[in-house]
Amino acid sequence: MNWMAIWVTCKLATLTSLTLLIIGLPIAYWLTYSKWRWKFLIESIVALPLVLPPTVLGFYILISIGPHSPIGRFYTDLVGHPLPFSFQGLLLASILYSLPFAVQPFATAFEQVDRKLIEASWTLGLSKLKTFYRLILPLSTAGLITGVVLSFAHTLGEFGVVLMVGGNIEGITRTVSIEIYDEVQALNYAAAAKTSALLLLVSYTVLLLVYAMNRRVWSVWPQK
Amino acid sequence: MAPEITLNIRKTFVDRATIAVQLRLPLDPPSVTILFGPSGSGKTTILRCLAGLEQPEAGTILCNGQIWFDAATHVHVPPQARGLGYMAQDYALFPNYTVEGNIAYGLSGLSVQGKKARVNEVLSLLQITQLAQQKPAQLSGGQQQRVALARAIARRPQLLLLDEPLSALDAPTRTKLCEDLRMLLTRLAIPAVVVTHDWTEALALGDQMAVIDEGRLLQTGTPQDVFSRPINADVARVVGIETVLHGRVREIRDELATVQVGPVPVIAVASPGLESDVFVCIRAEDVTLELAGSSETSARNHLRGTVQAITSLGALVRVTIDCGFLLTALVTRSAQSELRLAIGSDVRAAFKAGSVHLIPRR
Repeated sequence: MNWMAIWVTCKLATLTSLTLLIIGLPIAYWLTYSKWRWKFLIESIVALPLVLPPTVLGFYILISIGPHSPIGRFYTDLVGHPLPFSFQGLLLASILYSLPFAVQPFATAFEQVDRKLIEASWTLGLSKLKTFYRLILPLSTAGLITGVVLSFAHTLGEFGVVLMVGGNIEGITRTVSIEIYDEVQALNYAAAAKTSALLLLVSYTVLLLVYAMNRRVWSVWPQK
Repeated sequence: MAPEITLNIRKTFVDRATIAVQLRLPLDPPSVTILFGPSGSGKTTILRCLAGLEQPEAGTILCNGQIWFDAATHVHVPPQARGLGYMAQDYALFPNYTVEGNIAYGLSGLSVQGKKARVNEVLSLLQITQLAQQKPAQLSGGQQQRVALARAIARRPQLLLLDEPLSALDAPTRTKLCEDLRMLLTRLAIPAVVVTHDWTEALALGDQMAVIDEGRLLQTGTPQDVFSRPINADVARVVGIETVLHGRVREIRDELATVQVGPVPVIAVASPGLESDVFVCIRAEDVTLELAGSSETSARNHLRGTVQAITSLGALVRVTIDCGFLLTALVTRSAQSELRLAIGSDVRAAFKAGSVHLIPRR
């Protein structure tokens, strides 16, 4: 088994899900509470990675961060090396690719917080921001964990986007799913089987955790 | 200018009547104003506009000369800045906090000890100290109501807004908590606006009352005045009860109370914990009219009187009888002609002891 690929994959998935926890919260908050009539435009953009082929998404990300784009040039000037085919570029692509897997559970959890509780908090003098972190966030823990875990698991398994944006650089952008593909190409079925089984096991365990938590099979925290 | 809230708002809805109301709520001395009306009349929306949770389309809300809302200049003071205690109909307690946590939630700008002292103060005021560590889900309806009240008053608001404070409770609890709420409001001396559709609550709690129906203000006055002297048929229909009198309980025997109303004794079913000063309430449809000298009936009260006024209400006729006090009866048109009722004619009014509602007076 290629431990280097496993390390890269775990690092990528962890950083992706943590970043999504930070940037996903304000996006989900805005999507839940904004009364803007054109909100569905943004909702659709956030959901796009769910239906778009990863290669298409990867292609556009590659173009937009490439050396011919303003973003790409700015980044190269700033850091000294281009974004595509680097770990940072891969991280950016993963974040965009897994965005709906974090934002949608967050938004669903926020929606389930009773409006009357939020109003009660306002009349007790708490600003919208304070209401968010003293009331809405604590009541949304299950949704937050679901979002983080799903985006983690989703990043573990990504293939197309990684290939388009990250390439296949050992120790930098070669992830487990690419590793499996390479092994099969080299007719090395035994190695591919081992790595596949590992990925299957991890993904299944992660989903088990999410579903069990949402059903409250065991009481991790006090019942509502 | 006397401290008061003036409200002049307009708000339209797709599926129900437009709200267009002008109202003045005196704040000094602190008094309790009842917004009374059937469900869907718009009274809750008016309360939410006062709280800043909803915005009217047009109009102004002023509190002590300070602008809370002005549609013309786009001023909207948010609920956080209005210094209110607001209690929603289902209490909206925070499920993730204990009773103590709920009450301390809005106490900002106090030291840890200061917070704790204030929480303990309101806990003991509401007699719920023993519940401090419980979660809302573990509480009964009545306990939840007390916690919600405690949370609302903990910040020492300048105005209390209570939306149907007792309607989520079962009848025996409601009677008990209604008395407690009345004492609490008197003791706190904070002006309050209470939304209710229950006339017993209106009489028990209110200093003044505004009747709202289909988004319009129909009548204002003391609850007793409004109930006993509705200015028109609409108000009479909304309030539903037409004879409200002051009375003194003279004696209670076999669970029947004899109440002196002016010169006339009235027999009523005594409720437990009856005080000596009461409101005596009789619904017009519970009063039967008979010709003087007819045979005995099961009704405990038979009062001789003369007809003072007759108002036609379609199939029904409202007859006001002077029998030592003014009593209103609602009879059919055919009954009116059979009894040959006319102004000045002698008649006997009968009603059962169970139809007389006694409400403790503030």
